[in-house]
Amino acid sequence: MTPVLELDDVSVRYRGAASDVVQGVSLAVEPGQSLALVGESGAGKTTLLRLLLGLARPSDGAVRFDGAPLAPRDREQLRRFRRGVQCVFQDPYSSLDPRRRVAAIVAEPLRSLGLDSRATAAPKVAAALERVGLPADAAARYPHEFSGGQRQRIAIARAVVCDPRVLLADEPVSALDLTTRVKVVDLLAELKQERDLTLVMVSHDLSVVASLCERTAVLERGRLVEQGATERVLGAPGHPYTRRLIDSVPRLPR
Amino acid sequence: MTLLDVHGLTVRTADGRTLVDDLTFRLDAGERLGLIGESGSGKSLTTLALLGLLPDGMRAEGSVELAGAQVVGATEKRLTAVRGRRAAVVFQEPLTALDPLMRVGRQIAEPLARRTGLKGRQLRAAVGEALDRVRLPEPGRIARAFPHEVSGGQRQRVALAMALACEPDLLIADEPTTALDVSVQAEVLDLLDTLVRERAMAVLFVSHDLAVVARIADRALVLKDGRAVEEGPVLDVIGAPTAEYTRTLVTGARKLEAALDLRSAR
Repeated sequence: MTPVLELDDVSVRYRGAASDVVQGVSLAVEPGQSLALVGESGAGKTTLLRLLLGLARPSDGAVRFDGAPLAPRDREQLRRFRRGVQCVFQDPYSSLDPRRRVAAIVAEPLRSLGLDSRATAAPKVAAALERVGLPADAAARYPHEFSGGQRQRIAIARAVVCDPRVLLADEPVSALDLTTRVKVVDLLAELKQERDLTLVMVSHDLSVVASLCERTAVLERGRLVEQGATERVLGAPGHPYTRRLIDSVPRLPR
Repeated sequence: MTLLDVHGLTVRTADGRTLVDDLTFRLDAGERLGLIGESGSGKSLTTLALLGLLPDGMRAEGSVELAGAQVVGATEKRLTAVRGRRAAVVFQEPLTALDPLMRVGRQIAEPLARRTGLKGRQLRAAVGEALDRVRLPEPGRIARAFPHEVSGGQRQRVALAMALACEPDLLIADEPTTALDVSVQAEVLDLLDTLVRERAMAVLFVSHDLAVVARIADRALVLKDGRAVEEGPVLDVIGAPTAEYTRTLVTGARKLEAALDLRSAR
């Protein structure tokens, strides 16, 4: 099967930097095989995600979408890309426009992709909000009226409203309290099932990764040290760095 | 011996909202108490109130006795005598706790000089020792660096060195490892554990992370919406929670953890 998204030997070097922040990374996102990118700060996780989103371009190597190189100038491809690949960010406070009502925020992908007018978007928005567990009157309210967990639900509703195939998520639950975090992880798991959604998730929280992703790639200082089935990578890590990450996770006393 | 005696501590905003509600707890010398709560539970306000550091517009009522001195309503002068010497604090984000324009060494020298009266070369040597004690590599280089020039984990060690430089009876740590990567978190927790154990220092450890609290504290106090919902030995609170809210927290944490176990079992 052709991977939906693929990084082929990509490197990224920021202007003026002495070395690459991402070095020779190859990985593929196959449909139905959610992928987690794990590693510590500065490992290049977010840079990889920006590449996959088309927000950054590699200094070397190629980013492919449905087998074709991602070309930001190809408007037709970009439209298909934005339709098929949506994203959720870490901070539910800064990722929603404070001056727009939730209805307009969630309708944004539908409107900007030219899929719907305001009138035809409304029922889809209502359905998306209901699906993520927000009250029916949420559409008419503003982001500041919601808690952190609810805002992250709004961001998820916005991301899934146009029925994407891939959802890129950068630390989607790190800013949330434990009880909220559990609920949002459950929601993402359900959406994956129901909608054949493939997640590509950046996270430093290995338990969240293990709950949601079939595959895991481990990054250390811009290099991929290990990738494979999550149960293999986290259950029987082959690289000492992965082992150290797993051993560092604080565990509850039995 | 009771080091910290909090009785009926209540924190209200100017418009009368109650953020911490009638909180009572005690901490003996050398004891380690974990304050567990989610955002909005009042755990950080509680730590600020203990040192008389509440932001403008918030008022504390009730009683906070720190080593016999009343903190609630005390003058700034009285508080200065208590802060640092009796209780020192390490916050979540070391970058905001450190002065960005002051070299790391000077920031540690200040409380050190105040306590020991050392000057010049002796003071510099003491700063080097303080940095060495928190296992910072190349103490000389770190002492000359500005906070932005060292990594997050190193900054938190610097903050810890500053707090310990005062040799306080009580170390208050408010989410000290939340901003750190897991492997760095593990190192800083180990370090904190060793250092306070060596000095028989009391610790008030504030965190939303049950597993982290269990790692450091002997007793735990669970806060929700400014009220204490449960208190007891940390292993009992986590192993057999009695309050509904604690049970929800523990179940949630175990559920996430279980995802890791399933995989490792194979």
